Amino acid sequence: MDWSALSVSLRLAGFTCLILIPFAIWLGRALAYARFRGKGLCEALVALPLVLPPTVLGFYLLLSFSRDAPLGALWADMTGSGLNFTFSGILLASLIANLPFAIQPIQRAFENVPHNLREAAWCSGLSPWQTLLRIELPLVWPGIMSATALTFAHTLGEFGVILMVGGAIDGETRTLAIAIYDRVQAFDEQGAAQMSALLLFVSFVTLGLVYGLAGRRRWVRG
Amino acid sequence: MGWPGAGGGYVAESTSGLAAGLHVAVNQTGPIPLAAEFVCQPGELLALVGPSGSGKTTLLRTIAGLYRPQYGQIACAGNVWFDSDRKHSLSPQHRRVGIVFQDYALFPHLTALENIQVPLRHLPPSQRLDQAEQWLAKVRLEGLGERYPYALSGGQRQRVALARALARDPHVLLLDEPFSAVDQVTRRRLQRELALLRQQIEIPIVLVTHDLEEATALADQICVLHNGVSLQQGEPEALFSRPSSPLVARLLDRHNLFEGVVVEVEGQRRLQWGERYLEVTNGLAELPLGETVTWYLPPSDIVLHRRDRPSLGERENPVAATVSELVVLGGITSVSLRVNHGAILRFDIATHAARRNQLTSGAVVNVSLLAEGIHLIPGHRVRADAHDKRK
Repeated sequence: MDWSALSVSLRLAGFTCLILIPFAIWLGRALAYARFRGKGLCEALVALPLVLPPTVLGFYLLLSFSRDAPLGALWADMTGSGLNFTFSGILLASLIANLPFAIQPIQRAFENVPHNLREAAWCSGLSPWQTLLRIELPLVWPGIMSATALTFAHTLGEFGVILMVGGAIDGETRTLAIAIYDRVQAFDEQGAAQMSALLLFVSFVTLGLVYGLAGRRRWVRG
Repeated sequence: MGWPGAGGGYVAESTSGLAAGLHVAVNQTGPIPLAAEFVCQPGELLALVGPSGSGKTTLLRTIAGLYRPQYGQIACAGNVWFDSDRKHSLSPQHRRVGIVFQDYALFPHLTALENIQVPLRHLPPSQRLDQAEQWLAKVRLEGLGERYPYALSGGQRQRVALARALARDPHVLLLDEPFSAVDQVTRRRLQRELALLRQQIEIPIVLVTHDLEEATALADQICVLHNGVSLQQGEPEALFSRPSSPLVARLLDRHNLFEGVVVEVEGQRRLQWGERYLEVTNGLAELPLGETVTWYLPPSDIVLHRRDRPSLGERENPVAATVSELVVLGGITSVSLRVNHGAILRFDIATHAARRNQLTSGAVVNVSLLAEGIHLIPGHRVRADAHDKRK
């Protein structure tokens, strides 16, 4: 059993959710409410990781993470280390690969909040922040929960992108999914089976928890 | 643009009688054209009526601060809420409006009591619940406070929305078609309750409706809107008897609009209508001879002559006409009479009176057009101002 791979996977999924979900609430809300030029372009960019093969996405990320590319150079200037084959690199890749999974459910949820509920809140004296916290977030909560579940589960299962930009460095970039692949390559069927069962269990428990949380809404009929 | 009756510039910071109540004057050319002016005094109910798309709801949203027009002023209870000249606009949070939306806009994740507590957040929590329960009792929903909106009927939801609007202790109450989403029995009951509630609150109430009957029944003042333009404001009775233009008459579903020519017969001013010369009590003397003028007659000023005995005012503007249509609507019969030159007079009488007078299609009857009731509308042609935007 490769416990360090499990730890990398959980850390990666956890950090991805922690960073991406607040961002997705901001962007999803903006995309749901605002009318601006280039909104369609923005939505297309968000959805792109959904249709691109992970290897294509990984390839471009690998290129832009290199110290010769602006992004890689900027990162190197700021932190003194590179992005490729580091945990920070696979985290950044995972954030990008998960954009549609985090943003789309939240955007849909905000779109389903009737506009006049916000207006009713303002006319009741609630500030925009209070309206967000007391009216909007409770109403989009199921959307946030399903975005979290999708992002977490998708990160645990991500293989191609992580392998492209992270390789399989023990304790740094080797996730459980990659470790399983390595075990199979090494004809260690028992190890692969154990880890697959573990991944299955963790995924199931996480999704169950998240959907359970999303489902506890007394105010919905039925 | 000043407040009507305020003698020019609006009375902003003072608390004199002029500044009390709600004063609205807004103007813009697009994207939604607006040119509206109206006043609503404390304790008064003003109905904004007009066809859909006439800007009623936009005006209501403008008062609430949810829509910002290009030009204009809005003041309420002595406070200026909006003034385009000074680039001053209070946010909805600071305007103290109570608003009931057409679909009520109750917060679905909060119970009825919690909904009513939302505008009470300035109070300490212990008083909040107490106040909310009092409001719930005032709208007669005791015992339903723990219910979520989905578990309430349409009428109950409307009452929660009303309680939530009033719990804010607003300076103006805005009602956007509040009775349109409920069945007729509930609507009658809610309208009655609103009429009762009005006696307890001394603030201006603005009601948006497309239902003329509702406006007549509930409002002290009616403001007629068309394409965002306020055409006329007045008491329902005055509006129905003296519309300011043929367009207003049509928007108020009035018939009996005709054109006549100002003439002189034997030294007396008369209004020539077809081959008849009508006596008119008011306004005819001021018009130049030969002018074609539009006139309107309220159906209540058409008097049907009884066959058996002479009736009141029989000698006043007698007109013989043929019954062209009789429509019985329960206790009321709508009668259309064709006058010789083709004009159609329309009025309602009690169905039993129609029977007593043996009104049948094709029968010839005599009616009097009361001189007092004839309302001249100079400067407008009957058909020409279908898209009147004279303000």
